[in-house]
Amino acid sequence: MLDLFFANFANLESLERIYPLLLQGLRLTAILSLVALPLAIAAGLLIAILYSFHHRLLNAVLLVYIDLFRSFPVLVLLILIFYGLPFLGVQLGSFAAAVLALVLNNSGYYGEIFRAGIEAVPRGQREAALSLGLRPVYAVFLIVLPQAIRIVIAPLATNSLELIKTTSIASLVALPELLRSARVAQEQTYNPTPLMAAAVIFFVLLWPLARLVARLERKMLASSQAHLLQARGAR
Amino acid sequence: MHAIVENYFNLDVLGRYYPSILAGYVVTVEVALLTIALGVGIGLTLAILRCLRLRVLNAIIVIYVDVFRSLPQLVVIVFVYFALPYAGVSLSPFAATVLSLAAVLSAFATEAFWAAILALPQGQWDAARSLGLGFLGTLFLVVLPQAVRIAIPLLANRAISITKGTALGTAVSLPEVLGQAESVMAIAANPSPLTLAAALYLCFFVPLVVASRWLEQRQGFAR
Repeated sequence: MLDLFFANFANLESLERIYPLLLQGLRLTAILSLVALPLAIAAGLLIAILYSFHHRLLNAVLLVYIDLFRSFPVLVLLILIFYGLPFLGVQLGSFAAAVLALVLNNSGYYGEIFRAGIEAVPRGQREAALSLGLRPVYAVFLIVLPQAIRIVIAPLATNSLELIKTTSIASLVALPELLRSARVAQEQTYNPTPLMAAAVIFFVLLWPLARLVARLERKMLASSQAHLLQARGAR
Repeated sequence: MHAIVENYFNLDVLGRYYPSILAGYVVTVEVALLTIALGVGIGLTLAILRCLRLRVLNAIIVIYVDVFRSLPQLVVIVFVYFALPYAGVSLSPFAATVLSLAAVLSAFATEAFWAAILALPQGQWDAARSLGLGFLGTLFLVVLPQAVRIAIPLLANRAISITKGTALGTAVSLPEVLGQAESVMAIAANPSPLTLAAALYLCFFVPLVVASRWLEQRQGFAR
């Protein structure tokens, strides 16, 4: 039983043969994350800052944008971009398509998170900053945003972890990132050890992040409960 | 403009192929609903089991939660479908997708319910016990009704984002709406089926996303 398990899921021989493939896949997964994450955060931040000027028409458009991209499964977006756009003459490589899909999808999520954070900062903060002579842009970046980010640090961390996990869908448009490399390796070795190895690599890399995220979420929940109770007690 | 209509809103193509896309949509909705029911159900059960504070059981639950919280959904699905058969467990694409997504959702649901239970002041337990309620009475009549309400906003977003993973079933050739649209697109050499699939997804998820926004505002959550 245990022999069978090792022969299939932790076969050192096949591991030795395919580990260069896995390493290359890991490298691509890392690059994809490092490119998509900052772009998505920047896009989300831009949306939230635009929202914070409370222009009625613009805000309606931004909310539609946010909800639209939060509603699209990111894989549907990726398939549309990768297989649908070439009919219009726009041909993106699998890496570019994956980055674009991840950024569009997550700009909605980050936009909503930053927006909620900025809305939670009392308006007086911005008014005070403006009345002290700060220009509107400085008021946003120096006064409002630092407070907003502290409020939404937990969902920010959650979403960033989710983005990194989502990079694995690029395997479905033939980008040889970690999951895809493992599948290719599996077909070469007739043995699921590469898949097991990929799962273990993902787990080892993402587990500390997942713990951190859980801690932040728990803290946020506890403090929001404390606030609620205080509010009730004061009444 | 003409090219856009021709390629993405081609009624001819849609008229010919919409039955198979709709059949795919039924599969998508089935997977989504089963995932939510199973995932939330298992999550609540595990959170209740954690309240018993049995050391070994807790360790197992924590490991389970951490594994499925850390792994990407697609990795779980691909692993279940392509690797488990070597261990003698062969699942259909449907079962593999539902079980994988439900496992991931249940991990997050356990965490959400457990965090909500912990967020309740200890006084709630003490008060219920001192009024003569037993452990189970306290848990089910006093603690859980409050905890579930606290957990719902946390859980709603999670449930939606994981349910969107039904599209990942295409990776194991589950005939859900995206996969159907893709194969029809290949036959018709026209991406209009993708447009329809995307529109169907929006029909399902836009109401959920809007509802979760409303839920959060009502709860006064700063997120």
